[in-house]
Amino acid sequence: MTTPLIELQRVRFDYHDRTVLRELDFRLAPGDRVALIGSNGAGKTTLLHLLVGLKRPSAGRILAFGCERASERDFHQVRARVGLLFQDSDDQLFCPTVLEDVAFGPLNLGRSPEQARADALETLDHLGLADFAERITYRLSAGEKRLVALATVLAMRPEVLLLDEPTNGLDEATAERLIAHLDGMEQAMILVSHDWPFLARLATRAVRLVEGRLVDAILHSHAHAHRHSHPHPHSADELTGPHTSLEHRHPH
Amino acid sequence: MTATPIPHLAGSGWIVARDPRLRVGAALAFALITVGLDHPGSTAAALGLALGLALAAGLKTRDLARRLLALEGFMLILVLTLPFTTPGASWFELGSLSASTAGRDLALMILLKANAVVLALMALVGTLEPVALGQALGRLGVPDKLTHLLLMTIRQIHLIHAEFVRLRQAMRARAFVPRTDRHTWRAYGWLMGMLLVRSLARAERLMDAMRCRGFRGRLYRLDTPHWQPGDTLAALGLMTLLGALAWLDHGLGLPGV
Repeated sequence: MTTPLIELQRVRFDYHDRTVLRELDFRLAPGDRVALIGSNGAGKTTLLHLLVGLKRPSAGRILAFGCERASERDFHQVRARVGLLFQDSDDQLFCPTVLEDVAFGPLNLGRSPEQARADALETLDHLGLADFAERITYRLSAGEKRLVALATVLAMRPEVLLLDEPTNGLDEATAERLIAHLDGMEQAMILVSHDWPFLARLATRAVRLVEGRLVDAILHSHAHAHRHSHPHPHSADELTGPHTSLEHRHPH
Repeated sequence: MTATPIPHLAGSGWIVARDPRLRVGAALAFALITVGLDHPGSTAAALGLALGLALAAGLKTRDLARRLLALEGFMLILVLTLPFTTPGASWFELGSLSASTAGRDLALMILLKANAVVLALMALVGTLEPVALGQALGRLGVPDKLTHLLLMTIRQIHLIHAEFVRLRQAMRARAFVPRTDRHTWRAYGWLMGMLLVRSLARAERLMDAMRCRGFRGRLYRLDTPHWQPGDTLAALGLMTLLGALAWLDHGLGLPGV
């Protein structure tokens, strides 16, 4: 068995005397693309934030790249190798121009301004955002912001990608672009999303966060994995699993 | 969500094309020299110079007037009170109040100086994008923490404003109309409170995102300085004019002039 990139051992997390995660074990192997699903408020975002040290567990161990990580200093190295895409891109973009924002990470990693600029431009070009370099970040549309936020993460050339609802608020064409791009990448990923078609296209396995623990889930692909609605009866127990058709999310 | 809430002075012409560092430095030098002037004649010349700068920066008269008006309101109080509160030879009497000539001269000087400095600031610094100003300050040696604070504030003001607009829309969507009653004041109180709480939470998330990208308290800049020959020329020209201003002031103070 290959050594995992990231491992959580019996991790507990309490938030305002509510236990969000309890005795949670998790392993992310190289090449894994794990769909992390669960109801609203189940602790999916918390789990991602634990992995990069933005939150600290109340108990348990976090191992990343073969070492136990506990202090802020430990996590500096982790953050250089693990890219987190935030749920709200407005939280992520803060520089005046797109180019400066994308170059922010590379500069922090100690690359020279010339190298950082080249990295940023290359990443933007790769995402089809070459014309965006001089745009003002707060004047971008929601979809553009999400892609630029992804560029800011990818410019650091992370080995692991943590994506927190990446397709949220994206139109179909933009989502498709994002999926196609992610599909071409070899990095291990954790995908938090409620967008079943997105998960079905990318994920290699799925885990569900239930009452603070992770249980394996099955991500099955329907033959009709498309997004228009048509009558399609589901039994109640079927709806508890991840699904590639969206019908049951809309009344019809 | 398209425009920045900070009103921007649109300018054009050769001043706007100058290096931000030069403009900040020139504004500072102008302000220092103008404040130190002792004679109405030279101060009026400084005001003329500032007006010339404003015209050269291509500022619209309406923008200028609107901003100066805010200053003049304050100046009005000064002009009305200073002659009566400054001791000295009597200028005129108003009932039991006596206005002094010293107070009149003082008010006139303050009026001229304040207008000159504000005009020059608008022409030289007001036409800078806030971010360019922040970067110029950084490159002039202002501590990193202060320039970060300025840049972050600019960024946050926009987000807080956007949040405010969203919250107010949500209130209006539920038929909220401001009145002068308890309900309105309480609603506004909640709006402000919610705005503060949300802004703080957002600032924390922003900080988290920055830490995720390796931020450790130091911002690195991407831009490269582009000082041009025109900037040197403009710096020399401004230095000559400011020198002339000081010389004129000194000359006016000599006996027999």
